[in-house]
Amino acid sequence: MSATPTTPGTAPAGPDMHSWTVKVREAGVEALPPEKLLPDGQPTYVASWIYMFGVASIASLIVIITSGSILALKGPAWWHDTSIGHFFNSIHMWGVELFFFVMVVHLWGKYWMAAWRGGRTRVWITGAIIFLVAVPTALTGYVSQQNFDAQWIATQAKDGLNSVGVGAFFNVTNFGQMYSWHILLLPVAVVLLVSAHVLLVRTHGVVPPFELEKRPEFAAAADGAPAPDGAAGAEGQS
Amino acid sequence: MSRFSRMIHPKDDTQQWKGRYYPYDLVKELFIAIGVITLLALLLTILFSSPDDKPSTIAQWSQQKAVDFTTAAVKELDGTSPTAEYGPPYNHNGSGQEAWIIKPQKWLGVSHPINTEQDFVVGPLETIPNDPALTAALAQYKAAPEKQKKEWAEAYAKPLEETATAEEEKKTPPNTVSESNGTVVVKTSANAGPVPLMMASLLALAKSGGVDGSLLTSKQFFQTDYTKPLLFMADGGLLSERAEQQHLLGDQWGMMNETGSYPGQAWLWLYALWYQVEPFKASENADILVMMIMGVLSIAFICIPFIPVVNRIPRWIPIYKLIWKEHYRETGSA
Amino acid sequence: MGHIGAAVLGAVFNLNHPAHTVDWHFIHLSVANVVVIGLMFVAFFAALLLPFPGASRRRGGDS
Repeated sequence: MSATPTTPGTAPAGPDMHSWTVKVREAGVEALPPEKLLPDGQPTYVASWIYMFGVASIASLIVIITSGSILALKGPAWWHDTSIGHFFNSIHMWGVELFFFVMVVHLWGKYWMAAWRGGRTRVWITGAIIFLVAVPTALTGYVSQQNFDAQWIATQAKDGLNSVGVGAFFNVTNFGQMYSWHILLLPVAVVLLVSAHVLLVRTHGVVPPFELEKRPEFAAAADGAPAPDGAAGAEGQS
Repeated sequence: MSRFSRMIHPKDDTQQWKGRYYPYDLVKELFIAIGVITLLALLLTILFSSPDDKPSTIAQWSQQKAVDFTTAAVKELDGTSPTAEYGPPYNHNGSGQEAWIIKPQKWLGVSHPINTEQDFVVGPLETIPNDPALTAALAQYKAAPEKQKKEWAEAYAKPLEETATAEEEKKTPPNTVSESNGTVVVKTSANAGPVPLMMASLLALAKSGGVDGSLLTSKQFFQTDYTKPLLFMADGGLLSERAEQQHLLGDQWGMMNETGSYPGQAWLWLYALWYQVEPFKASENADILVMMIMGVLSIAFICIPFIPVVNRIPRWIPIYKLIWKEHYRETGSA
Repeated sequence: MGHIGAAVLGAVFNLNHPAHTVDWHFIHLSVANVVVIGLMFVAFFAALLLPFPGASRRRGGDS
């Protein structure tokens, strides 16, 4: 036993820089120290309801996954056989409608902010991919309903997918395959992408406003003199 | 930033924010959002519930539309049904859709083989026990050369197709097809061999639910793949008749819609739109062409930060002045 | 479940009838979808125009 006190969880002789564990930990903490991962403040320009639609998208996803998990607990026939099952199916369906609603409004807001600026292209890219993965996630759900809607959507969608060769390995009329993709593979993909997206937002912060010409009295303040309204300090040009 | 990065990234002098921060509780915001969305989902559920139209079965199809069923069945037998002529991934009887030299449907090959003659007709008929007349008919059919099989099936199919075409064009159908005592009677002008007995037996089997079961369990007891019964039903008119009533057909923008009066998939608006306009509307290759356009647009959507003009529009049309109005007011920006 | 539970489980409005459509030239959209899309525009512009709470904290707050 070492005579010198050690931090629980760390090797006694100090961190070994060849250790993969140490490398991953140091990289993670450098990219996202706790205050950056979960900041308790936001820039003063975060002052619009449009900023709520990102977290609303996450909230909708939570409702979808929770109601979906309850449906999965009881199996795919449950919602046809019982009122309570149908109730949770309804929550799942409306959760999906709300998800696409708030996600697209979030997308509109981010486009009109040109939120990819300042090194945030990966935030935009992950966000766009989330939308594009959410669409087949919904499709696999629709064809897993085991009702007339599922029959029709499957027999129609197969033509589009077959035409580009995807139907050769992704068969929308195969319930077992579609149900597996819907309750496991695609939700995992969406959650991983959303996590990457949110961590990238935390890394770069919320995109600052476009810069405009300052009024003369405020332009003087940029030199360091107190501004008329105690306005913010020097900001870059966009 | 590397030289490559500088090349593809738009000119961007956005600086890191050096201004003020204010207290903002992200975790509380998340919980509030979960509460609001949950309440909205509950409210919508209580107000509207969700649709659940019962699926069609082959039994229902054969009972409600016996002539339509028989027409589809004989076309499966003679290889002229949509599934029979589909091509990959079901069979090699067609080359599938293509866009110039791009033929992915053909390239990816047959991954879910379906022989409509055997799988939809002869196979189910072979499961019927204790029917010497049917057994003899099947033996006669299977022993005949291909050319003879086709002639028999086409003789039986011709009056049925003429009747179907007349109904589609809203003309008076010829008097060659009728229903009597739950059977379909077809007056053929040429010898149809064992085909009429086979078709009558298949209709009776279908009405009893036997074809539903037979198509599903043809490989083994446990199955989760409904491809065969779905493709067979889709070759007939029952599913499309129900779909038309529910505004789910392609020219009704059906892929955006849900059954009943529920909201559907509004996010598929652009995908649905292409099918309504030429040249896609009348094209045999509509699916691959639309998929390719949507593929290009999806990649463009991901790459918006790099696309000239598109990545500058938010600067030119100042919706951002509404978003950041408080910031501009407080910092004295004009 | 009691009768209150049963009332919650049944829908107040029955939407299980063929949809009405909004038709314009080659565009045929269900009323439900038009309502959803319309509400999205309403939500977007409301979000841009409505004041966001906390203005005094933003004016007086420290970094």
